[in-house]
Amino acid sequence: MVKSIMIVGVGGQGTLLASRIIGNALIKKGVDVKVSEVHGMSQRGGSVVTYVRFGETSADKVYSPVINRGEADIIIAFEQLEAARYVSFLKKGGKMIVSTQTIDPMPVITGNAAYPADIIAKIKSAGIDITAVDALELAVKAGSAKASNVVLIGVLASFAVMSDEAWIEEIEECVPPKFVELNKKAFYLGKESI
Amino acid sequence: MLGNEAVARGLYEAGVTVVSSYPGTPSTEITEFSANYDEIYAEWAPNEKVAAEVAFGASVAGGRSFFGMKHVGLNVAADPLYTMSYTGVNGGIVMAVADDPGMHSSQNEQDSRHHAIAAKVPMLEPSDSAECLSFTKTAYELSEQFDTPVIIRLSTRVSHSQSLCELSDRVNIPNKPYIKNVAKYVMMPAMAKGRHVFVEERTNKLREYAETSPLNCTIYNSTKVGVITSGAAYCYAAEALGNTVSYLKLGIVNPLPEKLILDFAAKCDKIYVIEELDGIIEEHCKALGIKVIGKELFGLIGELSQEIIAEKILGKTFDSVNFTEDIPVRPPVMCAGCPHRGVFYCLSINKIRVSGDIGCYTLGASAPLSSVDTTLCMGASVSGLHGMNKADPEGSSKTVAVIGDSTFMHSGITGLVNIAYNQSNSTVIVLDNSITGMTGHQQNPSTGVNLKGDVTAAVNIESLCKAIGIKRVRVVDPYNLKETDLAIFEELAAPEPSVIIARRPCALLKYVKHKPALVINDCKGCKMCLKLGCPAISNKDGKAVIDSVQCVGCGICTEVCRFGCINKADGGVN
Repeated sequence: MVKSIMIVGVGGQGTLLASRIIGNALIKKGVDVKVSEVHGMSQRGGSVVTYVRFGETSADKVYSPVINRGEADIIIAFEQLEAARYVSFLKKGGKMIVSTQTIDPMPVITGNAAYPADIIAKIKSAGIDITAVDALELAVKAGSAKASNVVLIGVLASFAVMSDEAWIEEIEECVPPKFVELNKKAFYLGKESI
Repeated sequence: MLGNEAVARGLYEAGVTVVSSYPGTPSTEITEFSANYDEIYAEWAPNEKVAAEVAFGASVAGGRSFFGMKHVGLNVAADPLYTMSYTGVNGGIVMAVADDPGMHSSQNEQDSRHHAIAAKVPMLEPSDSAECLSFTKTAYELSEQFDTPVIIRLSTRVSHSQSLCELSDRVNIPNKPYIKNVAKYVMMPAMAKGRHVFVEERTNKLREYAETSPLNCTIYNSTKVGVITSGAAYCYAAEALGNTVSYLKLGIVNPLPEKLILDFAAKCDKIYVIEELDGIIEEHCKALGIKVIGKELFGLIGELSQEIIAEKILGKTFDSVNFTEDIPVRPPVMCAGCPHRGVFYCLSINKIRVSGDIGCYTLGASAPLSSVDTTLCMGASVSGLHGMNKADPEGSSKTVAVIGDSTFMHSGITGLVNIAYNQSNSTVIVLDNSITGMTGHQQNPSTGVNLKGDVTAAVNIESLCKAIGIKRVRVVDPYNLKETDLAIFEELAAPEPSVIIARRPCALLKYVKHKPALVINDCKGCKMCLKLGCPAISNKDGKAVIDSVQCVGCGICTEVCRFGCINKADGGVN
């Protein structure tokens, strides 16, 4: 079976780094992996999506790099509105991890649209298995608001099959040396929050 | 590795020595990764035409060379490419062009295969990173074997997806000897006539090659349904249809084989052609008299996906939960602290018409600034402004062009030469943020640093403008709204061409020091600051609040707040 993890958020939140950490950690498991990103204009504060697809066993070949509606096993949402936007990509029985952070999009800032209330409760009442974490607060606790991506990887680690060591190894490889300790702390704060 | 990184690895392994490109999403990283190899000389050229000509020169001198670009970049490089097809190569020439189906970061959705057909050069299309690497290496062999430039066609999902690759060592290929050959390399009519005959013969040979090349492969699973496909579309088809159908996967998309396709079609009852954008393979099949189903199901617009294919061919529907309320869209916005914001704010409040260009500052078209009136292609802001002012001289006092520093280097200068030469009363604003922003911070000829990170000569934009005949040139700080506003007012009023350089480095550059976040106390609710379209300022129950995570303390909101409510966190004035 091919498994699909979707990472959604707002350009600038560090979703790309999160998808690379997850992708690289999976490659080391010896399975086929595809990670798909979009660069350029959407990175400027727009809605961003990255896809990680991988084989459960080394016999599973991943063809498509993208995830469609009803296909994601796990969605990690860095922001509540983005969780709502992409909930339809979750497979039946899939799991959603959401950071409780909210970032107003420009139509809300300019007063042309309203930010929906109680998004997490509404997603939950639709029967979705959703875990909400204040990743921003935990990241600040770890030393930087920018580490909320690694907090969310910590949350993912509490559900997935990979060992903590494997995750930490990837974090060490993917972040600049002077931020490794901070990010390790962020990872464990995320993991222990569940 | 990323598809683009795999192309760069292919360049390294193929013994390439010269790489020249202009950045463009989704192609940029090929050249950035190439620069990591000490054995490769890699550079950012001012535009794609220059890059193509650099690669041509390197080839004539005997080295293997490369130039890369996004799809619209190939329009700029088309002039050298179409004649390079005639001259052929000495050292191999490969170029990569990255299409953007779905227009994630582009101004149109053109299909680069048309260029390969029109220029009569072979085009290979990899479907994943492993093929990006191996096809790039094969492309050099084909280039030298058939005496032709070879195009690698990429797309967003191939360029920007990571998948597994097997690496090999570099083959160090000595430069081919330089031999003066006027009949081959000097394309004046007498010689070009001879070379055109060569080009047509070469296409026939390439078509023969395509019949048996391992780049085109067949996978027989079923005699009922056959799928002819290529590139990313193959991945979607294989995902959706698995081993229930047979595949003809075309790695060479120009020229297309005939016998191979006819044989495949003869072995399957029903043939689908699955390709993104235009129906080029489909038309070819139809011309061969094969009944195929393609664009009538999949259309000509946007990206394909396994979902679309499964739905159209298998009638499969997807079960998912939808969020039932309206979800506000989240369009991209100029970053907090973006130096472009100050200029667009001044243009917006003065209701100035704006001839726009390609870059982050295209976002000046979005609400609430809603400032940009036109965006066409690289450099068109400057030339277009001249046209507007010639057609409507009275409008020239309320119309400007805006163009970034990199786009100005790319193709804005020639438009400005035209303004100076043909004298329109035009005001051009160069938004100089000292970097190529949108594509992810590439250096350019005005930044004083090259691709490898070495300090180099920098184009002085003020001197350049003066040298070409613009007498009124002034520099402003776009964080200073008063100064910027005055400059726009005065230059629009001046009865001659003028250039305003709004200079401040991109707020995302590592060397730019951010100030502490600002705070709003005792907000009167006038909403003036919300007109800046700053993502760090939002409206909570009628009062403006600043998000301390996003705010970089640029302070332009303090200039628009009439009540002095926006200040430093310690209470001091910014």
